[in-house]
Amino acid sequence: MQITNRRIFLAFFTLVLVFPFFLEGSYALSIATFAGINSLIAIGLCILMGYAGQVSLGQAGFYGIGAYVSAILSINFGLPVVLSFFMAAAASAISAVVLAIPALRLKGHYLAVATLGFGEIIYVIINEWGPGGPSGFGDIPKFNLFGYVFNTPLSYYFLIWITLMLVMAFSINLINSRFGRALRSMHDSEIASNAMGVDVPTLKIKVFVLSAVYAAFGGAFYAHYVTFISPSSFSLFQSVLVLMMVVVGGITSLWGAIAGAIIITLLPEILREFKEYDILVYGLILISSLLFFNKGLVPIIIERLKKGYKGT
Amino acid sequence: MILQVNDITKTFGGLVALEEISFGVHKGSIKALIGPNGAGKTTLLNIISGIYPPDKGAVSFNDRSINGLSPSIIAGMGISRTFQHVELFANMTVLENIMVGRHVRTKAGLLSCGFRLPSARSEERAIRTFSEEILHYIGLSHRRDEKASSLPIGEERILEIGRALATEPTLLLLDEPASGLNEVETIELSILIKRLRDEKALTIILVEHDMRLVMDISDEIVVLDFGKKIAEGAPAEIQNNKLVIDAYLGEDDL
Repeated sequence: MQITNRRIFLAFFTLVLVFPFFLEGSYALSIATFAGINSLIAIGLCILMGYAGQVSLGQAGFYGIGAYVSAILSINFGLPVVLSFFMAAAASAISAVVLAIPALRLKGHYLAVATLGFGEIIYVIINEWGPGGPSGFGDIPKFNLFGYVFNTPLSYYFLIWITLMLVMAFSINLINSRFGRALRSMHDSEIASNAMGVDVPTLKIKVFVLSAVYAAFGGAFYAHYVTFISPSSFSLFQSVLVLMMVVVGGITSLWGAIAGAIIITLLPEILREFKEYDILVYGLILISSLLFFNKGLVPIIIERLKKGYKGT
Repeated sequence: MILQVNDITKTFGGLVALEEISFGVHKGSIKALIGPNGAGKTTLLNIISGIYPPDKGAVSFNDRSINGLSPSIIAGMGISRTFQHVELFANMTVLENIMVGRHVRTKAGLLSCGFRLPSARSEERAIRTFSEEILHYIGLSHRRDEKASSLPIGEERILEIGRALATEPTLLLLDEPASGLNEVETIELSILIKRLRDEKALTIILVEHDMRLVMDISDEIVVLDFGKKIAEGAPAEIQNNKLVIDAYLGEDDL
């Protein structure tokens, strides 16, 4: 990590550690936990879209695979939750490879539609064949590690956010490396990237798998937190929400993905007054952020800060 | 012969872009590929660099057939190139563009990059040092941290050459490197190309319309017209070749 990134990272990490002590009640804590889970998925999509330049409208599919596979393995097969987590990530990775090989030959809108179709297929599968069908199932064991059960909201908050910080460190390292440069080069010019020795088709599959694994971990964390899951949490709407998080926060910024995830997770709480019109406000926010801050929140703030430095 | 092109034919739909083209390139020489627009020059470069396969014929590099290999593998074998329409990584800095050129000579993968393993870190340092040296060699050190999209066309073309050099090629394909350059820039470019041949022992295939540049720096010239090879030889021979003059000026409508 570069120096500035390291500073932002440490500042944010400190904030994460002290934040819960300023919150009152477990409800606020659970919202913060959901924001962390969403951040995890958003970071994956940010790497895929913002850096590698590949579109996905099917992240809810990977999120759903993560949740269902981990929940089913731990309930029906009695697997330790940690193990079921990694099995869920593996299942998601395999499905990403299966999807990516044909789909990544497509570009732009066509790729978007293909991934959207994938998300819908997963939704239909868990709706028809998943335990409990459309009404879902419960009694999913809480996450536990070395005999410690994360059954208080505070412990789960720390579990999620510390994991997220580790994932963030991994992702920042990745972006600022040989691998990250290859991703960005492929985004700017596939033909030149290929001619410089980047194996573009394989790289596309790898980054697709990476984003699918992030989403699957998000899904597994979700399942073992709420202990009850149903297909409605993994519909197209969830894919669109993740897309909104990334776009609102700034598609070319990993920090933006977290910022966007926090904003979009908090939004329903803020929009509670609008009742059934909240979807309208969602739409307005997405459209206006595309119109007025099309670079996204975090990149715009960074730009302003830089200008400020130069101005004084 | 470092590169041998044998009987290459390529058609797009009904259009014959290249018809039975054969020639060889001597190690350490500059070979120019000239001809009117649409003669098939860029198509030939695209075939050599693996962007598409020929319909017929074969390309061998260091006596090994490279037909059907992907561009990334061919880059690994030591062929690099620039593009007629500049294909820089516009949103990356000048230095980062060159660092991408090191991709093919380095190997840190997803996990070792993400966990910043010692091997990945020392490799990253080596990539940076090597790339800064290239930047210095091509004279763009003062642009190091600027975005590639902010460069004027002359420096864009130089940066594309630098990026190709970072792959440590033995054969360099330059597709109209002087297009869009003014006279001073063209002279600087010709000096750079000659230095690449003389100091770095590179073999160069040059596609170019600027005849002064071509005549000045090439050791040999191949002339294409409508996908056919109509002449091959030293610059002086080509200048006086009747077929070439006709191809450029048109024979009947004068």
